[in-house]
Amino acid sequence: MSCKRIFSFFLLVLTLSVASLPAFANEGAKEVKEGEKFNASEVIFGHISDAHEWHFFTAGDFHATLPLPVILYSPTKGVSVFSSSKFGHEGHREEYEGYRLVDENYKKELDAKGMAAADVKAIKDGSIVAADGSKVYDFSITKNVLSMFISVILLILIMTSVAKKYKKNHVMTAPSGFQNALEPIIVFVRDEVAKPNLGSKNYVRFMPLLLTVFFFIWINNMLGLFPGGANLTGNIAVTGCLALVSFLVMVFNGNKHFWGHLLNPPGVPIGVKLILVPIEIISLFIKPIALMIRLFANILAGHIIILSIVSIIFIFGKMGANPGGGFGFSVISVAFSIFMFFLELLVAAIQAFIFTNLTAVFVGQAIEEAHHHADEGGFDHAHSNEEIIL
Amino acid sequence: MSLLNTVLLAIDGTAAAGGAIGAGVAALAAGLGIGQIGKGAVESIARQPEAAGDIRSSMILTAAFVEGVALFGVIAGLLAVVG
Repeated sequence: MSCKRIFSFFLLVLTLSVASLPAFANEGAKEVKEGEKFNASEVIFGHISDAHEWHFFTAGDFHATLPLPVILYSPTKGVSVFSSSKFGHEGHREEYEGYRLVDENYKKELDAKGMAAADVKAIKDGSIVAADGSKVYDFSITKNVLSMFISVILLILIMTSVAKKYKKNHVMTAPSGFQNALEPIIVFVRDEVAKPNLGSKNYVRFMPLLLTVFFFIWINNMLGLFPGGANLTGNIAVTGCLALVSFLVMVFNGNKHFWGHLLNPPGVPIGVKLILVPIEIISLFIKPIALMIRLFANILAGHIIILSIVSIIFIFGKMGANPGGGFGFSVISVAFSIFMFFLELLVAAIQAFIFTNLTAVFVGQAIEEAHHHADEGGFDHAHSNEEIIL
Repeated sequence: MSLLNTVLLAIDGTAAAGGAIGAGVAALAAGLGIGQIGKGAVESIARQPEAAGDIRSSMILTAAFVEGVALFGVIAGLLAVVG
């Protein structure tokens, strides 16, 4: 393709994106009255937070929302399962079976009833509480849970379809179709991540874990980038569980050498040991915490940046006397957000790779065998008892 | 001291200001860090063009780490503004 055609294609894409932007960006769902300022933080947090319904887009007065099942357990009322549409639409939430969905109207009610302001602030928006204040355990299928189910089904479909091809043809025929795409990635994880860190003898045991973590994070990062997609890996609970899995694998595979070095570093005077052991123990816990925060912060920040860039259009539109400012700025905003989307695609893959790589590194450190030390003569007898003396 | 007091009393929403400044400092730090990574990478490629592939992947990997740390700061700033 010549340079001119590439440029014309890019210009076409840009123009079409500007045209479709009002539909994409107007997912605020709140009816913004005339003269009211655009509440950007509400729109942004509405997109990145978990919710009991899946809101895809808003076209004028039509809200494309999928109400999700609410599954609650209360020690007094037992198990309740119902659709979240029973709570009513956004802005007019009602009580159902003694449960309330928390939103600002409910918080204002609590304020009017005289609850302390700090207590009211502590209740999470979008959570479900019992109207009489009793304890409620929420096991609902929320947006994030449904998104995870979808991505898991997608992963299983992709992987089993490719695996079936291998079973049918064994490894003697050349790969065809989707195998061509998947094989280099799997070989990359095996040769660049697993073998160098885990050693050529032990890496096979951990390949399922590394591959699962890699593809799970990558697919969920990418699904979150769709407009109307769920922000799964940008949720600290999800990344926390992934990091917990890595931590448990690291801890349960640690051999005596690993724990010995951690709790009783050899060749260290007792004074330094007193400082070193707490630091080593803290570092043991810091590793999964850093994994958790790194993935969470990268993905969440990417989503917030893209949402903020699009929100600026509406902020500018409401700022002046006429919405021309919004229209004018939308060109720059769309161009910038296209750039951010490309960057986010890159970050999706890189963060998946980094999580997998660091998991392999930590597990590798845990299963490392003791290395031999040289004796006083300076000879390392691990290799040969007959050293060449020059 | 009293001047500082007066100024601080006048600034309502210091937490929001602190959060925004913190996020800005994090962006500054990320720019500096990744700039130095890029500098090192480009100079190394200039010295040994055959290693360009290895150097490029190391650069991207290291940049992701530095970016992660900067985003810790951004999230902390965001929490300060919102929480």
